Amino acid sequence: MGYVLEGAQAALALLLAPGLVGLVRWMKARLQNRRGAPVWQPYRELGKLFRKEVVVSSTASWLFRAAPFVVFASAVAVTFLVPILAVPLPFDGVGDLLVVVYLLLLGTFFLSLAGLDPGSPFGGMGASREMTVAALAEPTIALAIFALALGAGSTNLGQIVARTMADPGAALSPGHLLAFGALFIVTLAETGRLPIDNPATHLELTMIHEAMVLEYSGRYLALIEWAAAVKLLIFFSLLGNLFVPWGVSVAFTPAAVAVAVASLLAKLVVLAGAVALLETRIAKLRLFRVPELLSASFVLALLAVTSSFLLR
Amino acid sequence: MAPEQLLVAVTLSAYPAGALAALGVRGAAGRGLVAGCAFLGAVAGLLLGAVCLGAGLAPTVTAPFLPLTGVALRIDGLSAFFLILIGVVGAAVALYGFGYSAAYQGRYSLRRLGALLNVLLLSLTVQVMADNALTFLMTWETMSLAAYLLVLTEHDRPGTVRAATWYLAVTHAGFAALVAMFFLLSAGELTTSFAAMRSVSLAPLVRDAAFVLALVGFGAKAGVVPVHVWLPMAHPVAPSHVSALMSGVVIKMGVYGLLRVTIDLLGGGPPWWGGLVLGVGTVSALLGVLYALMEHDLKRLLAFHSVENIGIIFIGIGAGLMFQSYGLTTLATLGIVGGLYHTINHACFKGLLFLGAGSVLHATGTRNMEELGGLIRRMPRTAFFFLVGACAISALPPLNGFASEWLVFQALLGGSAIPQPEVAVIMPIAVAMLALTSGLAAACFVKAFGITFLAIPRSPEAAHAHEAPPSMQVGMVSLVLMCVGLGLAPFAVVPLLGSSLAGLGGLAPTAVTFTLALPLRVPGTFGQMSAPLLALGLALLLALVPLALWLLGANRRLRVGDTWGCGRIGQTARMEYTATAFAEPLRRIFAELYRPSQDLSIDFHPASKYFVQSIEYRSEIHPWFERVLYARLLQGLRSAATGVRRLQGGSVHLYLVYMTLALLVLLTAARWGR
Repeated sequence: MGYVLEGAQAALALLLAPGLVGLVRWMKARLQNRRGAPVWQPYRELGKLFRKEVVVSSTASWLFRAAPFVVFASAVAVTFLVPILAVPLPFDGVGDLLVVVYLLLLGTFFLSLAGLDPGSPFGGMGASREMTVAALAEPTIALAIFALALGAGSTNLGQIVARTMADPGAALSPGHLLAFGALFIVTLAETGRLPIDNPATHLELTMIHEAMVLEYSGRYLALIEWAAAVKLLIFFSLLGNLFVPWGVSVAFTPAAVAVAVASLLAKLVVLAGAVALLETRIAKLRLFRVPELLSASFVLALLAVTSSFLLR
Repeated sequence: MAPEQLLVAVTLSAYPAGALAALGVRGAAGRGLVAGCAFLGAVAGLLLGAVCLGAGLAPTVTAPFLPLTGVALRIDGLSAFFLILIGVVGAAVALYGFGYSAAYQGRYSLRRLGALLNVLLLSLTVQVMADNALTFLMTWETMSLAAYLLVLTEHDRPGTVRAATWYLAVTHAGFAALVAMFFLLSAGELTTSFAAMRSVSLAPLVRDAAFVLALVGFGAKAGVVPVHVWLPMAHPVAPSHVSALMSGVVIKMGVYGLLRVTIDLLGGGPPWWGGLVLGVGTVSALLGVLYALMEHDLKRLLAFHSVENIGIIFIGIGAGLMFQSYGLTTLATLGIVGGLYHTINHACFKGLLFLGAGSVLHATGTRNMEELGGLIRRMPRTAFFFLVGACAISALPPLNGFASEWLVFQALLGGSAIPQPEVAVIMPIAVAMLALTSGLAAACFVKAFGITFLAIPRSPEAAHAHEAPPSMQVGMVSLVLMCVGLGLAPFAVVPLLGSSLAGLGGLAPTAVTFTLALPLRVPGTFGQMSAPLLALGLALLLALVPLALWLLGANRRLRVGDTWGCGRIGQTARMEYTATAFAEPLRRIFAELYRPSQDLSIDFHPASKYFVQSIEYRSEIHPWFERVLYARLLQGLRSAATGVRRLQGGSVHLYLVYMTLALLVLLTAARWGR
């Protein structure tokens, strides 16, 4: 039963991810008094990209063609490790939070290399910026993991969720709340949202992710876009389930799973609303202001750890 | 003859045979003999280590051919582990060196290169078997001198002599500290066996002094900040396979010595010992990777990464020492096992990367990344091997760098078990610094691999590069296999490392156990991870995704076109992103540490300032703390030397007065001391 649920969870994540991106876009449009594209627009885009032929630069090597698969596979692998619907799942022992973070870094690493491969200055610029942001986000993630692990006695995600559910008061402890704040900022950085990156722009000076994947087309671009959407869903469900675990299924009954799906959808809608609201209220930061934001999140995470130490 | 005695005999005779062959036989046959003997010795050493570690043996081997010299040899678990490490890298380097040194024919002395390589390998092998201070110090000095002379191989190139001199100076300062330390430990009797030293109980102050001296001496060899300055100078100018050996193995002798002395001979100490090692490790890791980011010389970049990785190893060992002083032996084993695991991992991937850089140098004649590019098409195999090394050093799962960094992370997370919260709070800071280090390392290797191997060649040399000859490729492949193997098999490596530590300084024999389902189960620690299942999952997904695309009928057509250049026609290498540009954001963010100096001079046309004739931009990085520390030190030394020179009047009578005075003082002191 666990394995079935594990597979169902990964499949659900893959299917929901483009819709989540569409939801954020639609909410943003409504907040800006636009009608906006329907929520299922990203599915249409993916479908169209899969039907188009691929154009590859003549200077690109095999790495350029392999990278989309590595990016997609690493994102899908993470969906098996993250508690999206249920705990404890059979693959919980295969990887903990550190594995999740480094698997996502694997995707970023190959995508950045692919950005450099065609020799276009845009790709190089995007790769450079992407790695800079990724490197600066690492310490915050590690500290947030530390804070969560201290509370739960484990870095394994299933354990963290189970512990918070067993002790609901822990969710309101200062360590937990501060770690949530830190991880929320990191989520914006890692998934390329405002104020760090603007997913809707094609202006060379401001873009990070879009510059890096500029040379991609057809099914390769579809895989990368899909993987990016899955990454957004992974971070949202981490935020939702690690800090507010209620609704996650512990008994593998149909009713519990139905509750889990419903609560997941509710959490995603709330987080998507928060991100959409944030993105309509604030402007993009200059690249060299981003480290200041990330160091603020680092301080939050450091406070989270210190308070977990003191209140232990 | 027992198998381990036979292996000792083979490994200790193969290297001298190789050295003699180098001196006696010329040409390709000589190179073959040198490589063959070194390979044989390395493999015998590797097997010896494996046999001893596998059987839990500790055979005492006295050297029969040196009866009066006080040489004593013994192999225990720790020696066995380092024998394996030397064997793995030594064998790869020997094979690689056969092809690589062919280019030296007629330009530099092949006899010297071959002989010294074998001497270095021999001294390393004896080093880890040494069972008294005299043997240890003698082989230590042999190793340092052999490495010094090897660095000098390309003596006519600019910078080589300066680099070698720096190496010699730092390594001898460290040697002086080690001699002083062993005098403290053995009360002046250098032939006292290590077993006897262990049983002596010393005053706390003497122990502390011995520890600090050990940290200075071994730290100088390992290349931790602030005694790392020789490393980024000496590694790049040495022949590439020697660089691989120096970075992979020679600097690891600092790790070996530190463990041997602090854990084994001294049996651990107060918490500040571990705290100091941890602090030195954290600073080294972070500064190493930050300086590496700014480097555009491929081999210098790799050398700075050695500083970084030694830092990570020291973080593991330092955490282990701290836990040991609080009596948390299980966590202590975990930390030190993490450090040791990273030691062998670094030996494999850094050896591989230096060999890869050597192939690039061999094919293009340049180490400057800004003049490379596009090599993935001309030398596809080298590029692939280098990519594996780059992924491993960036700690990407499921390769070996990830496995050991994960263990170090887990050990640090266990820091919450330390009873004093004000001490325990050090651990999360170390976690954050380690995470920043590994993030920056990933950025640095995107730069190193991307700029060197991808896109369009930036120079004619890079455009006409050729693939490395087979012997060099075999050397690299063996290390690629090690990187993959060590990454997939933590369940086998960790218990072995645990047993190699068993009995040292009261560490728990091996509390760290892996089952085949592979979750790490340590009481008091946090996480679980299964490298093989992770790798299997990734491989399955990588196979399934294209299959799914094919089944779903995704468009499979592919058209090759030009890179889009905003409507420009034709793309040249001048339009590519450079290494400098790639590292620019991080240079700005960490500008306080780098203190870049910039110099922009614009030359205008005399008639109008709107016509610019030329623009010259120059930017340099001056690591301020090296400048401050070493500039002051050198200045002080110079003024002291000037002062001392006044004593030297050139008159024999004056010197006779000095001698008489010195003799009188010594005699009085001896009389008074009695």
